[in-house]
Amino acid sequence: MPITYTSNEQVEVYRFSIPVTIGIPLLALFLQSFLPLRFPLFRDYVDLPLLITIFFAMARRNPIAGLFTGAIIGLAQDMLGHNPIGIYGISKTVVGYGASSLGVKLDVENAGARLLVTLGFYLVHSAVHYTVGHGLVNMTQTWSWSHGILAGLANAILAVPLFFLLDKFKQRT
Amino acid sequence: MESVLGRYRNLVILVGVLFLQVLGLAMQVKRGGNANDAENTRLIRIWGVGAITPFERLLVWAQNGSSDIWHNYFYLRGVRAENRQLKDQIEQMRLEQVRLAEDAAQARRLQTLLAFKEQFISRTVAAQVIGSSGSDLSRTVYIDKGENAGIKRDMAVITADGIVGKVLVVYSSVSQVLLINDQSSGVGALLEKTRLQGVLRGTANGEVVLERVMSDEQVPLGETVLTSGGDQIFPKGLPIGSVMKVGNGKDLFLNIKIKPAANLSKLEEVLVLVENKERQAVAEENVHVRAADILAQRLPSVPDKPATSTNAAAGTAGTTANPAAAKTAAKPGSTTPATAPAPKKPSTSSNVSSASAPGTGQTAKPAPQSSPAPKNAGAADDTEATPKPDASEKPASDQPKTAEPTPAAAPTAPPADAKPPADQSSPQ
Repeated sequence: MPITYTSNEQVEVYRFSIPVTIGIPLLALFLQSFLPLRFPLFRDYVDLPLLITIFFAMARRNPIAGLFTGAIIGLAQDMLGHNPIGIYGISKTVVGYGASSLGVKLDVENAGARLLVTLGFYLVHSAVHYTVGHGLVNMTQTWSWSHGILAGLANAILAVPLFFLLDKFKQRT
Repeated sequence: MESVLGRYRNLVILVGVLFLQVLGLAMQVKRGGNANDAENTRLIRIWGVGAITPFERLLVWAQNGSSDIWHNYFYLRGVRAENRQLKDQIEQMRLEQVRLAEDAAQARRLQTLLAFKEQFISRTVAAQVIGSSGSDLSRTVYIDKGENAGIKRDMAVITADGIVGKVLVVYSSVSQVLLINDQSSGVGALLEKTRLQGVLRGTANGEVVLERVMSDEQVPLGETVLTSGGDQIFPKGLPIGSVMKVGNGKDLFLNIKIKPAANLSKLEEVLVLVENKERQAVAEENVHVRAADILAQRLPSVPDKPATSTNAAAGTAGTTANPAAAKTAAKPGSTTPATAPAPKKPSTSSNVSSASAPGTGQTAKPAPQSSPAPKNAGAADDTEATPKPDASEKPASDQPKTAEPTPAAAPTAPPADAKPPADQSSPQ
């Protein structure tokens, strides 16, 4: 799996147009809300807003931008549910920060790296979500490694073509 | 100090953003007293819901439109055969309905004796499911009806198969429904045959379990679970599901896994129970129409009733026994409220769950079929289906009887004082 270290000089930093910055997260939230009605497994195994957070964070390679992207997408996702607002916000803030920090240090442009990074961040996201939900809000949750890994793999496999598709919207700074 | 902040600027901002969110969470939990109280964050949720649901509504509308065009105009293969089959089914169900009406009347008489107050669904609003929370930790769906359609918080949401959940948050044109398999939901439930009561709860992984049933009780697999009405949200007697697995739970209670009757993962249309009413049960008298009578009415070879009826209402009987009229009445859909005596309905309006009356003592002719009622709106159907006894009616024993009908004989003559329907002589 070719994950290569890159120096800061080699790192490409991308930006996105305003319609893409707003439209793609909104589309992801819309699909996350709508598709489970037709495909019930989608809700249990796919987290599209998370994938979008990871993508934007890794492409921008700016931890501050990454954490704010994660926070905004996460808070918007919280608004659609009935649980207190902030659980997804905190989890995705951490993921956004982590993904952009990792993007600075690693070459995350190839499919293998994206697969592993997404799998890893899905588990990080689940762990933070579980901790916050269980510890702060006292939600009853069950932690299942098998479900976590399966869902992580599903997200990682979906992330590879999705990220290549989203690469089309990148603009060089 | 400044250099430290500059050096760890990213980390400091991360900690700051996380701290703010934790603070926000803590405030919501503390202020609400209940972690799931969405009212405190109403404005921010309105923004989120307002940004997403219009697209969902549009997509569902487009999807339904194209599906309707296809199914209603192009793909009509087998419709004729299906129609015939459904007509047969209606005939069967009418006979069954008569039997059930007898049982219901008997139950109502007993309820009257006990001064029992019955609850029934008087008005429902049909709604389309347009979206979901998208999270497995928040099992909620959005419906396309809100405050404008009269929806209020804590109203019950059902489908024809069984209960779905309750309205959690109401916006102007959209509502959020908490499904029964969400971990924060709770429904009063009872087992149909054993009459054991318990509390139905959702679990973190989306299952539905019945709690608070003592472990020394026998709970057979497959037994139907109904609402008990104890939660003050769902009227009593609506189907919830069936027992799938029975195991030992905490303390002295059983852990009973329930398979919901409604398909909670693929909801499309639902009914919101907008109005439930409670009233004193009224016993009826003279409800003696047998399934055989109905059957007799439908036989094509039913002879004309002799006009030499001994009772005073011979003319009326003759009119009712007219085979042509009976034949017309037997045809599903051929009767209209004008051609059959309209049952006295309570003054309630229902846009979905209105029900028609089965044959009563007034006439053996089946009452007109109205809009299809959901299977689970049994309480409502039952209540509305049977008219109150008319004050002018006399008990059957007081009335001079005509020849007792047999399945192959003439149909039942109406009671002597039953008013002949104005247009019964010319049913169209």
